[in-house]
Amino acid sequence: MNVLELRGVSKTYGAGPATVHALTDLNLSVQAGSMVAVMGPSGSGKSTLLTIAGSLEDPTDGDVLIGGTVLSGMSRNAKARLRRRTIGYVFQDFNLLPGLTAAENVALPLELDGVSAGKARVAGLRALEALGLGERAAQFPDQLSGGERQRVAIARAVVGERGLLLADEPSGALDSVNAEEVMRLLHQACRQGVAVVVVTHDAQLASWADRVVFLRDGRMVDQTSPRPGPESLLTPGPGQ
Amino acid sequence: MSVRHALLALLSEGPKYGLQLREEFEAGTGEVWPLNVGQVYTTLQRLERDGLVESEGTGDDGPQKGFRITAEGEHELAAWLRTPPDLASPPRDELVMKVLVALRVPGTDVHEVIQVHRRYLVELMQQWTRIKEQEAEFDLSLGLVVDAELFRLDAVTRWLDAADGRLKRAAVEPPRPAPAGLPRLRRRMGVVR
Repeated sequence: MNVLELRGVSKTYGAGPATVHALTDLNLSVQAGSMVAVMGPSGSGKSTLLTIAGSLEDPTDGDVLIGGTVLSGMSRNAKARLRRRTIGYVFQDFNLLPGLTAAENVALPLELDGVSAGKARVAGLRALEALGLGERAAQFPDQLSGGERQRVAIARAVVGERGLLLADEPSGALDSVNAEEVMRLLHQACRQGVAVVVVTHDAQLASWADRVVFLRDGRMVDQTSPRPGPESLLTPGPGQ
Repeated sequence: MSVRHALLALLSEGPKYGLQLREEFEAGTGEVWPLNVGQVYTTLQRLERDGLVESEGTGDDGPQKGFRITAEGEHELAAWLRTPPDLASPPRDELVMKVLVALRVPGTDVHEVIQVHRRYLVELMQQWTRIKEQEAEFDLSLGLVVDAELFRLDAVTRWLDAADGRLKRAAVEPPRPAPAGLPRLRRRMGVVR
């Protein structure tokens, strides 16, 4: 099942000769349990793609479908509800609220969606424990390391069984060991059925994805073939 | 480094003499790969034997003998440009050559050539990452080897990204002429390589 589908999506800013074509006729579908990475240089339209996929911005042309529902016909309120219930976001700079503990940060989206404080807290703690942060639940963001903060942000993105996770350079500020941990956790969420879209210019991050699509000047110019098994790398070739 | 394909690329622009090919080869590669004229003629003879170029048959083997690329030669060149180099050992220079040569071949979009190689590299990295994801957690040595491969391949993709960006900028804003003295320095680098 396609959790996210973009059909002929274009986005322009401005008008007349000053028109900027941020995205042009983009088609992309992401199934439950699969991870797609979007690679491209700065200004290629990666972040625009993510804000449109996350219904934070409307396309100029084309349709965005989330869980099979076309977004363009929905009211603002219905879209906001869909965002809260279905979509989790992970940003490069974590975006945790500094006045709330790790557990409160994770529980917040559920509370905003009307879940009782008690139930939200339990669900939040469970999400933190699943990411190995149970003992850090009562700490504030400034008491956590960069890697721990990003794990809290991932817990907040997946809590409440949301089906679509959108990540913008999720390991940008982290060292390679913590970056790998972040990708491992996103991958784990994916294996549990979440559809993940990671936007990055980092090939090592992108290589965790099942499929990598390449953007250039707002157009999808290429994508990787389905991944062959890793056995091909380890099988000695002739003469080895 | 494939002198053979570099000469085919220069001939794809039109018929040329041997000496001219040598000069243009050195100029076209940033003068970091000096080439002796003997090597040029040996390579041209082999290309002619293989039917990839033909001489403008005056019977004279001197510096005034002209060569042109054949249809087969053009086909061979196009295929070579798009054939990923063997990444079992670090052949980064071969990839650099392909990008430099792509700049010279009429009708070739260098960004498209770069993307062919970028996709190949990312696909290789996906395979290594799958090993990491499945097995490297339980085997430290394998984890280190996989990391080494991933970083090596990552470095190559970063170079392709940088080349892509540099070429895009150069198309808008051509580079200024180099100050006197620089080419000698570059030749010295060529000797060290």
